Amino acid sequence: MERMDPRVAVEREIVIPNKEGLHFRPIMQFVDIAQRFASGLTVHCEDRQADGRSPMEMLMLIATQGARVRVVADGTDAEELITELIGLVESGFGET
Amino acid sequence: MITKKGITASPGVAIGSVLVLDTEEYRIPRRTIDVVQLPGQIRNLDAALEASRQEVSELRMAAARKLGDETAVIFDFHEQFISDPKLRDGVVALIEKHHYTAAFAFGQVMNQRQRQFQDIPDPYLKERVRDLFDIEKRVLRHVLGRAREDMTRLTEPVIIVANDITPSQAILLDRQHTLGFAINVGGQTSHTSIIARMLGIPAVVALNDITADVAGGELLVVDGTNGIVVANPDKETIARYEEQRRNYERFAGKLRALRDEPAITRDGVPIQLLANIEVPQEAEHAFESGAEGIGLYRTELLFLATPRIPSEEEQYEAFRKVAQAADGKPVIIRTIDLGADKLSPAMGPQHDHNPVLGLRSLRYCLLHLDMFKMHLRAILRASVEGDVRIMFPMISSVMELRQAKATLADVMEDLEEEGIPFRRDIPIGMMVETPAAALLSTTFTREAAFLSIGTNDLTQYTLAVDRANERVAHLYSAHNPAVLKLIHQVIRAAHRRKVAVSLCGEMAGTAIYCQLLLGLGLQSMSMAPADIPSIKRVIRATTMEHCQMIARKVMQFDADRQVLNYLRDEFRGLDPEDQS
Repeated sequence: MERMDPRVAVEREIVIPNKEGLHFRPIMQFVDIAQRFASGLTVHCEDRQADGRSPMEMLMLIATQGARVRVVADGTDAEELITELIGLVESGFGET
Repeated sequence: MITKKGITASPGVAIGSVLVLDTEEYRIPRRTIDVVQLPGQIRNLDAALEASRQEVSELRMAAARKLGDETAVIFDFHEQFISDPKLRDGVVALIEKHHYTAAFAFGQVMNQRQRQFQDIPDPYLKERVRDLFDIEKRVLRHVLGRAREDMTRLTEPVIIVANDITPSQAILLDRQHTLGFAINVGGQTSHTSIIARMLGIPAVVALNDITADVAGGELLVVDGTNGIVVANPDKETIARYEEQRRNYERFAGKLRALRDEPAITRDGVPIQLLANIEVPQEAEHAFESGAEGIGLYRTELLFLATPRIPSEEEQYEAFRKVAQAADGKPVIIRTIDLGADKLSPAMGPQHDHNPVLGLRSLRYCLLHLDMFKMHLRAILRASVEGDVRIMFPMISSVMELRQAKATLADVMEDLEEEGIPFRRDIPIGMMVETPAAALLSTTFTREAAFLSIGTNDLTQYTLAVDRANERVAHLYSAHNPAVLKLIHQVIRAAHRRKVAVSLCGEMAGTAIYCQLLLGLGLQSMSMAPADIPSIKRVIRATTMEHCQMIARKVMQFDADRQVLNYLRDEFRGLDPEDQS
């Protein structure tokens, strides 16, 4: 059998839960996770788009509380990456 | 004399002569250069970015030392922003495409980012534009090869007036010579304001054009408590503010001086004041504030900080540190209270429709015994290091307490078999934070060595109000007569059976409730370390007899409004000159 391309894109929508939105600490937690995986990560908020590994671009997403954010991971460990990100977001970034 | 109203950023009063900080903005002319110079510009950019990164890294360490990790996070982010390859790539692209100088290209990139921030409606995120200005100024200074402005070595006490004080300038403020500051921009949540509060420097922000209203050397009053500044005040105004300043300092000084004084009422009844902590590092601070022990060590943070479950060793290390810092004083460790609003990534997705009433806290632990047992092992192992006690949260039926105790007994057996030392007679207590536990408190006093009333959850469950929900939050009040009746009932049940009872909700650290709680019979309370001095002040100013009179009266009220008004009056009557 021919080898298939193992790359898969996984996409999920998340809602920013914490009061202060995607500010410094949450971004650093987010980027930290993204950098630990091989898959690429793109994050969309309204018409803005950011590389999930770039703290600068993540800040420029301007994702406030309640913002709908779409995360798209692309690569062999995309599923695991998304699962971990969802966990982080659902924990409210450890904030209120 | 000009009086201006801004936003209070940090309380206190400062009177002094003005130093207008040079708020020079770097205006970079648009300049294009020859192709052969492009590599030089890029090298210049890289050197500036690296120098800036190092500078911020030093600031981060200074911030961590001076103000703790909370503040250091700000500079941690600055550092990451400056080292972000995407930032460099954007600037290099402009240099190569348009043949701009490094300075102009960098300014363009930052400018674009700042503009995007101007129109955000969210006030907290909007304030982050100040951080972008801070980063821009720092890097440009290096690109242009200018010396850094120095506020760290002032020679005389001054009030700093500026368009803006960046967070990195604020952290380096010479505390000895900076009486206060007044700035044009900013808000309560800007990092600069947060830093001012932590440094204890009176500050007023959002004054629009204070830089235009005063000149260097003029006299300025900064009333950080009320968010007012007065430029060139007349004699009477100066006298009035001098008195306010003295009052404020006397008040702050009194609180500090109380540290080593016993918490004892005027008629000689000692009250035990304990501290609530979340991380081991706080323990030391708690004892410095005069805590007689740790009344509530919230262990959840260990679990929230990492995406996986912390190992037994990591947990043991944290518990051991606190026990050792306590130096023989009691340390009550509450077992993990995860769930509802506190979710660890390791818990996996939660599907509760109503998390506050769902699988949380002890309920979760009893279903995840491996994790729970590891946690209990770590606590038991640390129990030989001091007076460690264990407390189970969120109990609503006797069976839950029995199950938890049985699990603890299992773990003890394991440790015994392995020959690992622990304290066999470790006191086992519980939180009373559900109406069920409060109503059955007599039953629970037969099974628990001590009770601790958790008023935050008890209020929420009794009144069926989620205080995080702003549409009903106004209905949440710990002084609602229904909540007070439950608290009273728990205290009486404990006294009858001679079981120790304490209270560890926010109510314990709120000064207006103090006399009422004493009057209801409470002789031990646990609160945030910072609240201890003000609670001690109330205790030392009142008598048990008076507190009991207050409690009798309050228990006759029907509405929470009446309770609050009455308690406020009683609090004000305590020591009127100190309320300023």
